Amino acid sequence: MNLEQLPLLQQLMIVLSAVVLLTSFVLLEQARLVAAIHAFAWQGVLVAMVTAVVATGSGLEHLFFSAALTLGLKALLIPWMLHRLVRRLELDRHKEPLHHPALVIMAGVALVIFSYWLVLPMIQEELMFTRNIVAVSLAVVLIGLLMMVVRQQAVAQVLGFMSMENGLFLAAVSATGGMPLVVELGVAFDVLVAMVLFGVFFFQISESIDSLDVDRMNRLTERTDEE
Amino acid sequence: MSLSSWGVALLQALLYLALAPLLAGWVRKVKAWLQNRRGASPLQPYRDLYKLFGKEARMAHTASPLFRAAPYIVFTATWLAASAIPFIATGLPTAAVADVIVIAGLLALARFFLALAGMDVGTAFGGMGASREMFVSALAEPAMLMAVFTLAMTAHSTNLSSVVDHQLLHGIILRPSYMFALTGLLLVALAETGRIPVDNPATHLELTMIHEAMILEYSGRHLALMEWAAQLKLLLYGSLLVNVFFPWGMARDIHPGALGIGLLLVVVKLALLGAVLAASETVLAKMRLFRVPAFLNLALLLALLGLLSHVILEV
Repeated sequence: MNLEQLPLLQQLMIVLSAVVLLTSFVLLEQARLVAAIHAFAWQGVLVAMVTAVVATGSGLEHLFFSAALTLGLKALLIPWMLHRLVRRLELDRHKEPLHHPALVIMAGVALVIFSYWLVLPMIQEELMFTRNIVAVSLAVVLIGLLMMVVRQQAVAQVLGFMSMENGLFLAAVSATGGMPLVVELGVAFDVLVAMVLFGVFFFQISESIDSLDVDRMNRLTERTDEE
Repeated sequence: MSLSSWGVALLQALLYLALAPLLAGWVRKVKAWLQNRRGASPLQPYRDLYKLFGKEARMAHTASPLFRAAPYIVFTATWLAASAIPFIATGLPTAAVADVIVIAGLLALARFFLALAGMDVGTAFGGMGASREMFVSALAEPAMLMAVFTLAMTAHSTNLSSVVDHQLLHGIILRPSYMFALTGLLLVALAETGRIPVDNPATHLELTMIHEAMILEYSGRHLALMEWAAQLKLLLYGSLLVNVFFPWGMARDIHPGALGIGLLLVVVKLALLGAVLAASETVLAKMRLFRVPAFLNLALLLALLGLLSHVILEV
């Protein structure tokens, strides 16, 4: 399959999905929470743009709706909510550097290669070019998982979770032209509810252990009243 | 190879020599404008070089013959590397002789002798500058090679001339790998040519110098050669960036009109790149030395992503 033979819209889609992968790495590496939230918002914008491009190319009108939904929810509403939470928890200046940044990046690159290897049989099977993007979206999902593993900050972990959802959405859009509208609405609603719940959890965690560093929860022990 | 193509290759190599100080002067001029100063004329580097060539070269008592030979080796190696990069035309014999790995090797040779010369006299600053230079370049070189390999994989050749030809033949294609390679290579170029945010070319503040610290002991024609080599290196990276990623307008056959258009366009493109460089130097602050690995890690990551996105999305 050759890139030169593709129409410009599909080339644009490929470029955009590659940038989505880049924002995933930015999220993984970003030490400052506010900047990480911005990176997440940009990822949402890019996913919405991919959806819009697919909608323009394929003429599926309901995809425009889901592009608008993605833009509103993942690029504006959720980042705004996270931003407000971070400000209320007074974490705007908080900085949480990774322990081995180069190692984490290499792990991310290894995940990209792994997801390509997983998708390889599917690419050979089908001749539709945009299926290559499935590899990218799988990598976004796995990097989101990695982010939840390597980060100790609860807000950063939530960002990883949300970017996993972005990856899944990208896969659905690029491989099959989007999910049915009902499913999409349901997922969007779920993400929103999850966000609200996370907000409540943040307050609970920070109230009980006075920090959002999840590692400190390991040190919690049952109080033994031996008197 | 015909005689005329060798002639154009020679002309191209001389153009590199002639235009290198102009680019440095242009960047300085734009930077001065952005800082609300009038600034020296863009021709000032020529005057500086002329003045330095006319001065006596002084040597430290402890200097070995290597110290005397280093400026010539550094200058020649940088010039050779530059002349292998297509400037106004593709398919020239110099490009056929040296591919991008040879260019990286020549640059490494120049850097090796520069670092040796820095340490030769035995001053504290020279050794410090040399160790910093090696520290930066050890991280920058893999990123540069990785970025260039991304291009090489698209064109199926490590020869820059064929890479450019491939670009010219296929017209405008949106390639994510090129985008990543371009940004990666930009970061590497900033580090390798000693610009802000890695090194400050205008500073003589002891603690932040890298390149300046190594050539602190040189004077006269030796200093002139070292400065000229640094300007050549800036032009080399500039022309690598503009010609490989935006080659439109380059001459593909040896014909005076086409060569003229090629020269005009490459000068315009380099002037734009110089203005962008000056703007970024005005906006950015120099980073701490220990932040440089993170900066170059980013360059390596971008180059790797370019390579991967080529394999995943483009093949």
